[in-house]
Amino acid sequence: MHDVATHDDSKGQYFWVWGALLVLTGVEVWLGYRQVFEPVRMLEVLLVLSVIKSALIIGYFMHLKFEKALMRWLLVISVTACFVIMYFFFFPDADRIIHLGVK
Amino acid sequence: MADATLQHNAAAVHGVGGEYEAPLLGAYSKKVGMWLFLASDSLTFGALLFAFSYNRIYSAWPTPFGKESIINATVMTACLLSSSLTMVLAVFAAQRHDRTWTRNWLLATMGFGTAFIVLHGMEWTKLMGEGMMPWKNPWADSVPQFGGTFFTLTGMHMLHVTIGVIYLGVVALRKWFLPILAACWIGGYFLIPSNSFFHQYGIHVLGLGLIVATVILFLKPKDYDAHDVEVSGLYWHFVDLVWMFIFPLVYLLSTKV
Repeated sequence: MHDVATHDDSKGQYFWVWGALLVLTGVEVWLGYRQVFEPVRMLEVLLVLSVIKSALIIGYFMHLKFEKALMRWLLVISVTACFVIMYFFFFPDADRIIHLGVK
Repeated sequence: MADATLQHNAAAVHGVGGEYEAPLLGAYSKKVGMWLFLASDSLTFGALLFAFSYNRIYSAWPTPFGKESIINATVMTACLLSSSLTMVLAVFAAQRHDRTWTRNWLLATMGFGTAFIVLHGMEWTKLMGEGMMPWKNPWADSVPQFGGTFFTLTGMHMLHVTIGVIYLGVVALRKWFLPILAACWIGGYFLIPSNSFFHQYGIHVLGLGLIVATVILFLKPKDYDAHDVEVSGLYWHFVDLVWMFIFPLVYLLSTKV
C-alpha cells in the first residue's frame, strides 16, 4: 500500500466537514424556500454555495487535497477549463436560438 | 518469446531488478483511472445542468415543489452527505485492514444510498401522479420540456446512485451480494404497484446489475483490498457531489411558496 495517499489526519476533521456541508445545505434551503433573491441572482448564489460544498467534498472526502500536486492541478484545471468552454459556447448559442426562426 | 529473452538479457546486462517507476501522478493506476472516468462523467452532468439552468432562467418555468417536496429533498441530501461520511470511515477501516468494520461502514453507506433511492422514487411517483411526464408539464403548457429535463437529470443521477449501491455491495460482500440483489430485484418487481414506472422499467436496472455483477465476480474473483474500497469511495463521493448541484438547481430554484 505504499502508494495509498496516507497522511496524519484524524477522523475528526471529516465529521467537521460533514457538519459544514449540512449547515451549508440548511442555508441553501432557507434561501430557496424563502425566495430571498430573484431567479438569476438566486442561481448565482446557489451555484457559489454548491461550488463551496463540492470543493469540500473533493478536497476532503475524495482526498484530492492530500494527493500529489501534479494530479490535483491537472484534474482541477482540466475540468474547470471544460466547464468554462461549455459556458462560453453554450449560453451565447442558446441566446441566439431564441431569436432564430421565421418571424 | 524473443521479446522476453531480450528483456531478460537486458536485465541481466544492466543489473536492474524488476522495479516499477514511481507513478507520475503519485497514485496507483486504478485511482487515476477512476479520476479520469469521473472527470468525463462530470462533463455529462455539467452539460445537463447547463441546459436545465438555462431553461429555468429563460422560460416560464413552473414551481411545483411545495414544502413536502423540499423537506423530502433535504432529507435525501442529508442521506447522501451521511453516506459520504460512512464511506470515508469505510476507507479508513480498509486501510487498517479491519475487514469487519470495512464491511459494516460500506453497508451503512449502501443503506443511506438505498434510502435516497426510495425517497426519490416516492417523489417521482408523486409527481407522475400529478400528471408530470417526460413529455408533459401539467402546470404550464408552454413549457413541455420541464418534465423531460427534470426526469433526465434526476433519472441519470438516480441511475448512478443505483449503480453505486450495487458496486459497493460487490466490494463489501462479493458473491454473497448476488442472492441479496436477486431478492431485491424480484421482491421489488412484485411489491411495487404494477402501474408504477418503477415496476415496469426501473426495477430492471437491478436485474442488469445482477448480470454484470455475476459476470465480474465469476470471471475475475478477487479479494477486494483497500485500493478497491478507496476507488469505489471516489465514485460514491462523485455521486454525492453531483447531487450538491442538482438539489439547489432543480428543487430550490422551483419552490412553490
